[in-house]
Amino acid sequence: MTLLEASAVETIYGPGCPDCLDATGDRAGTNQCPRCGTVVACAEADLDVAEGEVLGIVGESGSGKSSLAEALALERDPEATVNGEVSYAGHDGNLLEVDYQTRHDLRSRDISLVHQHIRDGLDLEFTGGGNVAEKLLSAGWRSYEDVRMRVRELFEETEIPVARMDDPARTYSGGMQRRVQIARALATDPDLIVLDEPTTGLDVSVQARVLDTFRRVQREEGVAAIVVSHDLGVVRLLADRTLVMRHGRIVESGLTDRVMEDPHHEYTQTLINSVI
Amino acid sequence: MAKETTSQHRDESTGGGTPVPTDSVDAALSAVETDGLSGYNYAYLDEHTKREVRRSMLKAVAIPGHQVPYASRPMPLARGWGTGGIQASLSLLGPADTLKVIDQGADESVNAANIRRLAENTAEVATTTDTTKADLIQSRHRIPEEVLTDDQRLVLQVPITDALRKVDPSDAANRRRHAHKNYGKMWVHLYENVVEYGEINIASRYPTMVANRYLMDPSPIPRWDVPKLDDANHLTILAAGREARIYAVPPHTSVEPLAFEDRSFTVERFPEQACHACGSTDTYLVEVSEEPGTTAGDDDTAASFETRYACNDSSFCAKRRENPNLPKDHHLDRSGVDWGPATPDGGENA
Repeated sequence: MTLLEASAVETIYGPGCPDCLDATGDRAGTNQCPRCGTVVACAEADLDVAEGEVLGIVGESGSGKSSLAEALALERDPEATVNGEVSYAGHDGNLLEVDYQTRHDLRSRDISLVHQHIRDGLDLEFTGGGNVAEKLLSAGWRSYEDVRMRVRELFEETEIPVARMDDPARTYSGGMQRRVQIARALATDPDLIVLDEPTTGLDVSVQARVLDTFRRVQREEGVAAIVVSHDLGVVRLLADRTLVMRHGRIVESGLTDRVMEDPHHEYTQTLINSVI
Repeated sequence: MAKETTSQHRDESTGGGTPVPTDSVDAALSAVETDGLSGYNYAYLDEHTKREVRRSMLKAVAIPGHQVPYASRPMPLARGWGTGGIQASLSLLGPADTLKVIDQGADESVNAANIRRLAENTAEVATTTDTTKADLIQSRHRIPEEVLTDDQRLVLQVPITDALRKVDPSDAANRRRHAHKNYGKMWVHLYENVVEYGEINIASRYPTMVANRYLMDPSPIPRWDVPKLDDANHLTILAAGREARIYAVPPHTSVEPLAFEDRSFTVERFPEQACHACGSTDTYLVEVSEEPGTTAGDDDTAASFETRYACNDSSFCAKRRENPNLPKDHHLDRSGVDWGPATPDGGENA
């Protein structure tokens, strides 16, 4: 069953002009409109995510994958203009047009975002456990023992040392902070998790363990996910289907194996060849 | 309420003020003693200021717990020393009112005495130290032990207006949180408190929900006093001079300290302690270090001091010394009034 369906999503920085969409994109070879200077971070993006499915988004830096993911995760950048239509199984109406209160409710119960930058997602002065508990407490949990038990359970699930639960998050290693973010995202049993560059800044062995953990938890909980990464390896490991983005447009999409083994678009071919 | 006091010695060259000789300190002081206050408006503040403060107070009453901005004039004492409370009091006082001012439970502290004298001199109100006789009580850090009634008003001085500042220093972000009743961060603070101490251990400024809508900083009153605000008969005005904000708890408004279902809100405990002066066990006690005996000793080494417990509310303590069984609702025509801790409904402890 389709959980999330997006059509014609666009994120634009600047005044915009009628030529913006025609003058940018893959064929034009740029994401900045030559007439008005507007940056079209992503546009004409259509996609859907089924329940329990993992969708990968790959592309080089600046291709618009984070902008697209943030729009889908209800993260708002006040400087950007976001248009399009996103429908979600648990909500009537366009997700891009919800008010702050609905957005807050959806973000604390249904859709979680694991930020690219740890400081955007965690309060490092709080304890690791406190950061995870915040999600539960915001969702209305009022029993201390229940919160405590759930946090401990999530720490075990995401393989963070439970003994470190009550230490400030700033004393955690990068890999642990990333896991705390994942534990926090999972806390309220959301239907969809958006991971923005889940392995940034981690060394290869820690990357592997974080990805392993996420893959196991994702399958056990049956939660759908959108994984954004510049790293083809990450997407190959996690995603069922993959979108390839360039200059703010989706240039190719398909089953991950198909995209990796038989890339159709010239850019995808270069991308895969440059890795392998 | 508005009454203009004009002095006969009004001197136009000093803008209505009193000319003060500057050749010697003694001459200057004696001049101030005689006509120091001529030229001031009734209740020190001008009528426009008082009206603006009252308007903010009305708005604060209409939205319980919401912080309403006001102009906050400079006052003849430093901001942070009760300027908000004075502006609220002076805006409310009329010539028929009786004022009581307390500072941490005491009527005699320098700050309380000076505020009381300012109101006496400028607003010509009667003053009292008896809680039950006051129409308006300005207080810092305490709510009196005796039950406040529906014809009394309590003005609390507030140093920090936003309970959320403890968890996020950004006022802009906190205003947004208040607007959307998003208090998750404060709950994390309570959670971490329980993790660290096994119970919620916030000594004062206990985060409190007003009318199930706004999170309020109840000013630095001890936890002991917070339950007195719930469904109270009196109006409470909380005013901050430095931060220029006024908020209020109207009568019969629900005031609920934040707590977990399984880690409830607790007040301060004084196990097996009683006030050394009046013997009360149902009042908020503070530790005092005093020299034993009544005469001042010659050697003031540490060993000659002893630590005892005493009532924090000095005027009620004085009454209890005369009548040790005086209940906190003795002045009401009904007994068993529920008023804070150790005064449960039913009155059997009184």
